Amino acid sequence: MHAHPFDPYVPTASPVHALDPRIKLALVLSFLLGVALTPHGAWAALILFFASLMAAVVLSGISPWRILRRSLIGLPFALAAFPLLFTTAGAEWFSFHAGSWTITATGEGLRRFLSIALKSWISVQAALLLSAATPFPDLLLALRAFRVPQLLVSVIGLMWRYLFVLADEAIRLMRARDARSGIEPGRRPGGGVIWRARVAGGMAGSLFVRGFDRADRVYAAMLARGYDGETRALPAPPVAPVQYAVLAAGCVWLALLILIGILVH
Amino acid sequence: MHHTIDVEHLSFRYPNRPAVLDDISFHIEAGERIALVGPNGAGKSTLMLHLNGILRAESGVIRLCGMELGDATLRAVRRAVGLVFQNPDDQLFSPTVFDDVAFGPIYQGCSPEEIRNRVRNALAAVHMETYIHRVSHHLSVGEKKRIAIATVLSMNPEILVLDEPTAGLDPQARRNFIRLLAELNQTMLVATHDLAFVKETCARTIILDSGRLAADGPTGKILADGNLLARHGLLSD
Amino acid sequence: MLLHDLKSVWMRHRPLWMGFGLTGVWLATTAMHIPDGFLSLVVALIFWALAILAIGYALSRVRGELKERQVPMMGILAAVIFAGQMLNFSVAGGTSGHLLGAALAAILIGPWPAVLIMTCVVSVQALIFQDGGLLALGANLFNMAVVGVFVAWGIYRLIRKITPDTRWSKLLAGFLAAWASIEIASLVAAIQLALSGTSPANVAIPAMAGIHAIIGLGEGLITIGALAFLMAVRPGLLDDKSAPGESRLVWIGGLAAAILLAVLSPLASAHPDGLEWVAEQTGFLDAAQGPAYEIIPDYVLPGISNEAAATILAGVVGVGIVLAAAWLVTRIRKSSAAG
Ligand SMILES: Nc1ncnc2c1ncn2[C@@H]1O[C@H](COP(=O)(O)OP(=O)(O)OP(=O)(O)O)[C@@H](O)[C@H]1O
Ligand SMILES: [Mg+2]
Repeated sequence: MHAHPFDPYVPTASPVHALDPRIKLALVLSFLLGVALTPHGAWAALILFFASLMAAVVLSGISPWRILRRSLIGLPFALAAFPLLFTTAGAEWFSFHAGSWTITATGEGLRRFLSIALKSWISVQAALLLSAATPFPDLLLALRAFRVPQLLVSVIGLMWRYLFVLADEAIRLMRARDARSGIEPGRRPGGGVIWRARVAGGMAGSLFVRGFDRADRVYAAMLARGYDGETRALPAPPVAPVQYAVLAAGCVWLALLILIGILVH
Repeated sequence: MHHTIDVEHLSFRYPNRPAVLDDISFHIEAGERIALVGPNGAGKSTLMLHLNGILRAESGVIRLCGMELGDATLRAVRRAVGLVFQNPDDQLFSPTVFDDVAFGPIYQGCSPEEIRNRVRNALAAVHMETYIHRVSHHLSVGEKKRIAIATVLSMNPEILVLDEPTAGLDPQARRNFIRLLAELNQTMLVATHDLAFVKETCARTIILDSGRLAADGPTGKILADGNLLARHGLLSD
Repeated sequence: MLLHDLKSVWMRHRPLWMGFGLTGVWLATTAMHIPDGFLSLVVALIFWALAILAIGYALSRVRGELKERQVPMMGILAAVIFAGQMLNFSVAGGTSGHLLGAALAAILIGPWPAVLIMTCVVSVQALIFQDGGLLALGANLFNMAVVGVFVAWGIYRLIRKITPDTRWSKLLAGFLAAWASIEIASLVAAIQLALSGTSPANVAIPAMAGIHAIIGLGEGLITIGALAFLMAVRPGLLDDKSAPGESRLVWIGGLAAAILLAVLSPLASAHPDGLEWVAEQTGFLDAAQGPAYEIIPDYVLPGISNEAAATILAGVVGVGIVLAAAWLVTRIRKSSAAG
């Protein structure tokens, strides 16, 4: 069995994997909500959120390094909040002169900036854990439980099924392009940017053509098995009471953390 | 029971194209296994799409299990005929093996309990019970082909129509697959380029070329006729 | 002389330029998927509501005109767009252009199904690739699946209306639609960040607009390439996608939204106080946190009122929690190995 490099799921047996996907999604969303509700600068609470998440990661048997490494991809976005350092009103932290300008960084600004970066980082890790510990078909079940319309869930399911097929096709197309566009060392790649963009566009176009053709064939395959335009699915199995208990305990814990954030702040 | 296939004077063309099927007629008895051979582009896949009402004949009549194919009988025909497509990636369109095998029964309106039973039985029939929760895109071609058969077996079809079932299989998988087909007892029409497979599995062979029925008879006789095979591009040298 | 002027301008605004540069780096790397943590909860929820309304309406439209084959079609086109986003081409200096796809989707299958397709693409990106946050998903859906699609559709229809029906008209319309969908969607993202008090409007909006004016060129060029290819092999795909009669409101609406945002954003960035005022009003979590939280008496946790002490304590407790989890795991492993 080859795992696709795209598929973030890490198949291990763990209490986290065993959790019902609906409960898992609910817990992750509550976690994100909890982090969002924690005031800026409530470091104690943020540390506890982070620790709780790491505990869940350890429980899941997934390497914490994997989660930590992947969580760094979102870091550049933190620059968006960087100007806050200088634009937030507050007590001066340091200032410097640039020509006739005096730039003042404030402690309040630093606090805001760090809080946003930290919250974002913790949130990304929660999402990473969810996708690493939940097979995608289970996430579809969770989406249905969260009242996402069946039509959208069906489209997402189909999309996910053919994502890998088409991504492989895209990779093959790019490989074919690169194989034929070797350049001598020290020379600039031939053709202008416009030409290169059009080549990429042509590849996108051919993906679309293949996609339309495949859609016809898949539609025929669905018709052959009785598809009538209605999207249907088996009723979801009930959630076990134990699972609800886990959800309740998790929510109480998260509420406690939010409270700590507010009180200590 | 009469799980028969009757095709009378069937003709078909894709829009703005020359005729792909030209006045085809044949009759298949219940329980027969028939091979449909012919060069690329002969119209085999097109013919098979007619047997499930996905393509509609331009002229001619198709009768499956005695029902004449038409709007009124479409659902019943699709229930009775299991059509397995040439490319398993087209056939397996659901995220998991379970979802795919359950698709037909769900649209037949079975109860959840019945659906689970049917999925289990269909997977057992192709010896893939342990794959029930696997994700389709991680399967090998041979595994996909087996599951593709299970997706129609779960609908309890009386007739199986298979488009190139052995293409792309390695020798071992092909052998297992032939054994598997021998275990199934439905009426079977199999399009294929694999003459060794035909010799082993099907008692009767139909040759289709350029949309016309070129020959129809016992497999032994047809495969022995070198001239006939050469004329229809079925010999490699 | 000119050089000297330039230098003095540079020196005077150096920090500002540096800010732009840094923001640019971020924009170039993450396009416009806003992660969690960058939107205030209120802004996130408002845009969730707006996105759900728009997508819900698109759903009812698609269901109404649903030809049976549209479900597999939408599923596979969503996968195509997802895969298409992997097709990049080098622009300069290690950066590369790639595709968002809202415009192509709208042109090829019409605006309502395109909204649903982009909804699926953006949601799956957030759900399994962490491209954009989950709380922020509403805002990202609004920008890319709603605004991106309708702006593209509006511009495309407008250009097709006012130019003769030729190959060039389609290509030009496609290019401008793609460019505008990126530009306008990025403006909305900038406004969301400013509304959240995360990025000052006078930095976020010009930086976003500037960078995405360039990123949009890449989108436009790829779109042209794709349309040219499709015209050559499947001209039928580019036939008019609007249902007769109904579509005028839709594309004019998209166009109006595009123009409104194009005019409003520079205004907002020139007068950041306006947005900041709104940010403070909506961002009650920041502004009203104090009073709201004062309801809870602060003597509940005696002894850790000192923030530094509390933080250290949290660190210790945190390490304890993780260690406890590790201990639990080894115990589970042992017992399952034994049993
Ligand atoms: N959707 C379509 N639209 C137009 N022409 C088609 C379509 N599908 C098939 N054809 C044409 O119809 C003819 C018969 O195709 P068909 O797929 O039935 O052949 P086949 O016998 O199954 O070939 P192969 O052995 O390669 O699978 C071919 O010439 C093909 O180009
Ligand atoms: Mg064929």
